[in-house]
This record gives sequence, C-alpha cells and structure tokens, in this order.
Amino acid sequence: MLYYLQDVIDGVLMGSIYGLLALGLTLIFGVLKVINFAHGSFLMLGMYVAYWTVSLTGLHPYLSLILVVPAMFLFGYGFQKALVQPIFKAESDVREPITVIIVTTGVWYILDNLALLLFGPDYRALTPNPLKGKMLELGEIFISLPKLYGCISALVTAGALTWFLRATRTGRAIRAVSLDREAASLMGISQWRIFAVAMGIGTSIAGISGVALTPFYNVYPTVGVPFDVKCFVIVVLGGLGSIPGAMLGGVIIGLVESLGPVFMTATWTEAIVYGLFLLFLFVKPSGLFGVKYDW
Amino acid sequence: MPLLEISNIDVSYGDVQVIYDLSLNVNEGEVVSIIGGNGAGKSSLLKTISGLLKPSAGRIRFQDEDVQGAAPEDIVERGLIHVPEGRRLFSLMSVRDNLEVGAHSRRARAHRERTLREVHAMFPRLLERSDQLAMTLSGGEQQMVAIGRGLMAMPRLLMLDEPSLGLAPILIKEIFRNVRKIAESGTTVLLVEQDVRHSLELSNRGYVLEHGRIAMEGSAKELMDNPHIKTAYLGI
Ligand SMILES: Nc1ncnc2c1ncn2[C@@H]1O[C@H](COP(=O)(O)OP(=O)(O)OP(=O)(O)O)[C@@H](O)[C@H]1O
Ligand SMILES: [Mg+2]
Repeated sequence: MLYYLQDVIDGVLMGSIYGLLALGLTLIFGVLKVINFAHGSFLMLGMYVAYWTVSLTGLHPYLSLILVVPAMFLFGYGFQKALVQPIFKAESDVREPITVIIVTTGVWYILDNLALLLFGPDYRALTPNPLKGKMLELGEIFISLPKLYGCISALVTAGALTWFLRATRTGRAIRAVSLDREAASLMGISQWRIFAVAMGIGTSIAGISGVALTPFYNVYPTVGVPFDVKCFVIVVLGGLGSIPGAMLGGVIIGLVESLGPVFMTATWTEAIVYGLFLLFLFVKPSGLFGVKYDW
Repeated sequence: MPLLEISNIDVSYGDVQVIYDLSLNVNEGEVVSIIGGNGAGKSSLLKTISGLLKPSAGRIRFQDEDVQGAAPEDIVERGLIHVPEGRRLFSLMSVRDNLEVGAHSRRARAHRERTLREVHAMFPRLLERSDQLAMTLSGGEQQMVAIGRGLMAMPRLLMLDEPSLGLAPILIKEIFRNVRKIAESGTTVLLVEQDVRHSLELSNRGYVLEHGRIAMEGSAKELMDNPHIKTAYLGI
C-alpha cells in the first residue's frame, strides 16, 4: 500500500505542474478559441530564461520569476499582436481560423530550432541549484521538495487567475470576450487588446511552469514537446477553457503516468493517455466539467 | 444639428447588399422608432451605427463627428450605445458582472456606482438577482439586464433592438414603460421594434424600413394614421 502511496504522491505533484502548464493553454483557448501549438515551446523558452537568469546571476531559482513572468507576458502579447492578430483580422468571418494552427505550429518549429542553434542540443541542469535532490522524508515516503513547491505554485497560480478573472475589470472583460465577442465589443471592450492580454497571461503561465520545472528537470531545445502533447490531452480531458478542469486533468495524467508503470509496461501508459484523449473527444468532447463552464 | 446624422449609407454582407442609400436623423432628446418586417435590415442598420459593420458608402456623424468605420469600442466611448437583438447577455456571468461589464468604457467607469444605483432603482429585480447567472433568468429579466447593461455605459444615444421580442404582453408593457422613463430622464433613444403600436406611441418620429430602404418617414402620429402602415403593420 505504502508503495503505491509514493507513486500517488509523485503523480499528483507532477500532474499539478502539468495542470499549471495546461492552465495557460486553456486560458488562451477559452478566449481565442484556437489551440496554441507553440505553448510547449513557450515553456521551453521560459525554462531557458529561468536557466540563464539563475546561472548568470546566481539568483535562487524561484527568484527568476521576477524576470520570467514579465518577459514571457511581453513575449506572448507581442506574439499575439504580430502573428496571430493579423490572421484573425484577415479571416474575421472564420470562427476558428485553421491558419492560426499552421502559424503556431510554425512558431513551435522555429523556436525549438532557434534554441538548438543558440544553446546546442545539451541537456542542461540548473546551477547553482540549492533545491537539487532535496527531499521531504515522511517515514518511508519521500517527497521531492522542488516538485512540492511546483505543486504549490500551481495552486497559487490557479487561485490567482481565478481571482483575477472574477474580481478585476480586465478579468471580467476577458470572460465577456470569451463568452460573446460581439456583445463584448458593444460594451466598449477591445477584443484585440483582450486577445493579446490573454495570450500574454497564458504565456507567462508557461513561464511559471518553466521556473517550477528547472530545479528538477533538465532544459533542452525540444523539452516542450512531451509537455505540449500532455497539455492538449489535459485541456480536452478537463474541458476546454476551465481552470479546475485543467488542474484536475493534469493530476489525472500525472497519476496515469506514475501508477501506470506499476501495473504495465511504459508503452502502455502512453497508450492509455492517448486512449483517454480519444475517448473524451468521442464520448464527452466537453470534458469532465461540461462545456458550460465559466473558468 | 442632429445628434446622429446618417447620410446615404450602403451596407453589405460580402456580396449581398442589405441597406441601400439610407439616410436618417435623430435629434437630441427625441425618441425615434425604426419599424419594418423581418429581414428589412433594421438590425444591420444598428450594427452599422455601432461599428460592428462598416458601410461601403455614405457617412455616419455622431455629435458632429464622423464615426463610420470607427471601432465599436471607440463608438461606445462616445456614448453611442447599442443593446443588441436577442439580449446577448454574458450567459455564464452573474447579473452584477453583466452590469459591471456594461460600464467598461473609460467614460462610464468613473460613475459606475451611481449608475448602478439608478439601474437598480429602475429594475429592483436586478438587485435581488445580483448573484444569479444571467442564463438562469426569465426572458423579461434578461431583457432588463440587457437594458440595464446599456444604461451602465451612460448612453447619450441608446439604441434598442427589439426589446419586446419574445416577451409576454404584460412584460412588453413594462419594458415600454421603462423605455419611456429612460427617454424622460433625458437620454435620446433610437428604438427598433416590430411592436409598431407600442413603439410609435412613445416616439416622436419614425422611419419605415422595407427591403433595406426607407419607405416612409414622419411624425409618430402621421405614421399611425397612414393607411399603408395601418394595413401592413398595425393590422387594422
Ligand atoms: N451575418 C449575416 N450574413 C449575411 N446576411 C445577413 C447576416 N445578417 C443578416 N443578414 C441578412 O440581411 C438582411 C437584413 O437582416 P437584419 O437582421 O438586418 O433584418 P431585421 O430587419 O433586423 O430583421 P428581424 O426583424 O428579423 O430582426 C436579411 O436578408 C438577412 O438575411
Ligand atoms: Mg433584427
């Protein structure tokens, strides 16, 4: 029993970090109604920013947030304004412009290859890393401290985002645009500004995930890819555009991943993850919480 | 000089033209009705005024400034407010949040607490239902939120698109009573309606829109006495 408990804890902690990353993707989807295929690359970018900040300044890994969050916000904001918005304007009568998928996929490839050119293919471990290998020992259970902090940061971020969307003027405007763009513009809300702000916030959440990961996860140019794929699964599982759905979806994927190998070979876990994905797409495309969910 | 002055506009959806060479004026303090059957182009006209559609020709002036082609949010900032057909509430947001979003513009935001009290005074039901999700309201209550949300924007000109649509007769009366109150408090109103009798009763003037063209215009009384209107719209 204790043996499983260890895996359950690992799965929940790692899963909550998947959920954190998915939070950014689900926010962007909820507002723009398109999947940002470059989200995993934004995570990679956030991880490199965190990595270089720490290795160049010697700051504590978590203090790199001070740089990562605003830098990633501006990056996402600019990405939306420069690349995605022109497509929306050109295809204003299309609700889910396919071109956005093509462009975000293009950005994914470009960013990953740019990282390869600039930083090489090396797997980089964070240094200095005061959290390296730190464990919390509870009897026979070991809890990885950086994963625990990652889980806490996921919960704090989810709570802060929920508060922001409910209690602030910009947050309400984001919800209004995600529910009815045209009606929102009749309230004096600029949908272009809201799209860019949502992309900025979603991207800075990818940055926070990056900061949470670097103390125990190596950085390399394609590090975003496995996360990207899990993220899509999570967002579909949790219901597109739902905050609790993203967190819960993340934990489910984390558990499948950590408990799966106990019962079967690793390839089967992957199969189960994608199986869940397809099952939900067919049986309940609205996810666990149903389509009518306001964040 | 009129508050709103529309001169010779053409409007199309892609290749399909729906408004032809249309001109119309609304003076400060007036209530003006636009009447017309299904598909006449009434909603398209309001969407063009509020910037959701761009006219391919002609001019729209509000407070003596050109607004054709301006973004909807800039038009809202000027106090030209459009309460759309079918209410279009933010269904999963509370009544209070819907009203708050109505006061999003810079101009309205500063006064939003006072405006909210005025809206609650006009529609006490909305105060009781503050925390309820808009989608769970009855049709009449939803229309109150839609109008209240428009008032939260502090309109100089309030455009209402079929506020009585789909409501029971008793609620229709109440909606029109409130439109009258809004007008009496000094807000200029442009009212699109299929309930011709009620809307002309509280209007100063009216325009009849048929197939995207102004077929007739005049004082409310002239229109009500007009034989064509009597047979085609009043069913007498
Ligand atoms: N989004 C659209 N795309 C193409 N054509 C449209 C669109 N919206 C409206 N139309 C067409 O424009 C014409 C005018 O429609 P509009 O909605 O303005 O009429 P209306 O007078 O408001 O009618 P109703 O009383 O039924 O609301 C109709 O022929 C309609 O089919
Ligand atoms: Mg209409």
